[in-house]
Amino acid sequence: MKELRIIVCAKEIPDPEAPLSDVSVDAEKMEVIVDAPQVISPFDENALEAALRITEDMDSKITVLSMGKKVSDTVLRKTLAAGADELILLEDEAFEKLDSHSIASVLAEAIKKIGEYDLVLTGRQAGDWDSGQVGLLLGEMLALPCISLAREITIEDGNVMVKKSIPEGYELVKARMPALVTVSNEVGELRYISRTKMLKMMRGARSIPSWNREDFFSAPEELLKMGIFELSSPPDMGRDCQILEGATPDEQAGKLAAVFKALR
Amino acid sequence: MNDVLILGEVKEGSLDMKTLELLGAGRKLCGDLGSGLSVVLMGDELSKAVDQVISYGPDKVYKLEHPLLRGFKTDLWVESLEQLCRQINPKVFLMGHSFIGMELGPRLACRLNTRLTTDCIDISIDPEDGVLLRTKPVSGGNAISVFKCPGEPQLATMRGKVFKPAEPAEGNGEIVDMVPEIDESMIRVESMEVVKEEIVALDKADVVVSGGAGLGEEDGFEMLDGLAKALSKSFGNVMIGCSRVAVDKGWISSDHQVGLTGTIISPDIYVAVGISGAIQHLVGMVNSKKIIAINNDPGCNMFKVADYGVVEDFEEIIPALIKKLEELS
Repeated sequence: MKELRIIVCAKEIPDPEAPLSDVSVDAEKMEVIVDAPQVISPFDENALEAALRITEDMDSKITVLSMGKKVSDTVLRKTLAAGADELILLEDEAFEKLDSHSIASVLAEAIKKIGEYDLVLTGRQAGDWDSGQVGLLLGEMLALPCISLAREITIEDGNVMVKKSIPEGYELVKARMPALVTVSNEVGELRYISRTKMLKMMRGARSIPSWNREDFFSAPEELLKMGIFELSSPPDMGRDCQILEGATPDEQAGKLAAVFKALR
Repeated sequence: MNDVLILGEVKEGSLDMKTLELLGAGRKLCGDLGSGLSVVLMGDELSKAVDQVISYGPDKVYKLEHPLLRGFKTDLWVESLEQLCRQINPKVFLMGHSFIGMELGPRLACRLNTRLTTDCIDISIDPEDGVLLRTKPVSGGNAISVFKCPGEPQLATMRGKVFKPAEPAEGNGEIVDMVPEIDESMIRVESMEVVKEEIVALDKADVVVSGGAGLGEEDGFEMLDGLAKALSKSFGNVMIGCSRVAVDKGWISSDHQVGLTGTIISPDIYVAVGISGAIQHLVGMVNSKKIIAINNDPGCNMFKVADYGVVEDFEEIIPALIKKLEELS
């Protein structure tokens, strides 16, 4: 069998698990400011994990694509440390703050340039704007069969078989490759990467290719920014928390039991 | 003019009551736009659902009935909706941010070369130019953004349980029968099997005992089960919830997941054990009537939204708590 080629789209975002106090909204500039380290969007990590599992005992090539005005290769190198074969960055001033449709069209053009592929995987949604559109838009633009919310992916005779989450359980679906699949967290978290491996990849001399729009994208005038009209902080969710103190866990548990009793 | 279109959902032949919230949202826009409200229903047998929806007073009901529209096959549904939109050119098209809406929305937007905003919690019309303003929580709920996008139909999926359901209304809505031009060759994703699983209906719980990364391992949920059992002697429906991390780690199935991509709930009591409180989780439970947090990190987010907190290892507290609850009952 020929080598299986998988393209995984991954986005770098500020850590969505950051504490509330590290997040603020600049209404004037219409920006969310997160004072937290950059990470790979969690569902995209799930997508990479799915790719690694599919290809475990198979001749394969996994290419990770990431785009932005500037992409931090130190964040994205994690994908290589985890087992991806290739990382390509799509970087251009024109790629800043694009709407979902424009992001998908940039990715679609880059994927066309890559040319040969069997599967395109994306996370079900990104952890910053939570739009949940790019995967399916990309599938439509590339005219691929689209499957969303995968919890398990396998390959069988040129077909992709997916257990997709549905409200009543799951549906086993099948499509001819090439196909697009969006991945949900039921797939499982990205495998553990040892510190040595990670450091080696971070410090490695390996150069990461970066394409700008002239390299692959012909119609920058079609790119639209996100149409943000207004940005504000959400209503305050905070409550006054009463900490139940006690010298021993037993004493704390006693106070907590009393709280439950009062709420009965 | 029927400028505002909503996608009604049908469940086992009857109108899904979520549709009433969309009718409510659509009606509000019609007031601002001075236009009519249309509903599209899709399926293989729609007479009952059409009768039901007409009693809420829409101006038009598009009945897209076809044997192949039985069950939800995304390829055929997108195709049918594309045909309908090309024919009637709605100005605004609203869907639920439901399983169906999340699947159809982006693909339809792409085919109609328009822009979609997902998971909206409010919509209105800008009086300046008559364009749809779409309000949506972003950054997992850390900010609220209002979007304004080009293209028609102006497409949005709406979060559930935010809009007031429409009330029954008089009206002599017109029923328009349309048969989409679809055939089996358009199905590119084949359904092999639907496996029904026992799904935990977290939104029906009175009390949710929820665990996260702080449990450290799968066994932590056994302890939470014990607590749930003890609480169920005093409270109605006690269920087990979890954070996304617990699902990612494979400790528990995703129907237990509370949060932005899980279930959004507001039980009487929410007990968060070893959950630090990422914003995407808080969004799912912050409206609980009482929130109790157990965590060994006094600085974690969960204490900021909780009413009562215990700073201690859950392994110390939970067994002691179960014992105390039994003494009190």
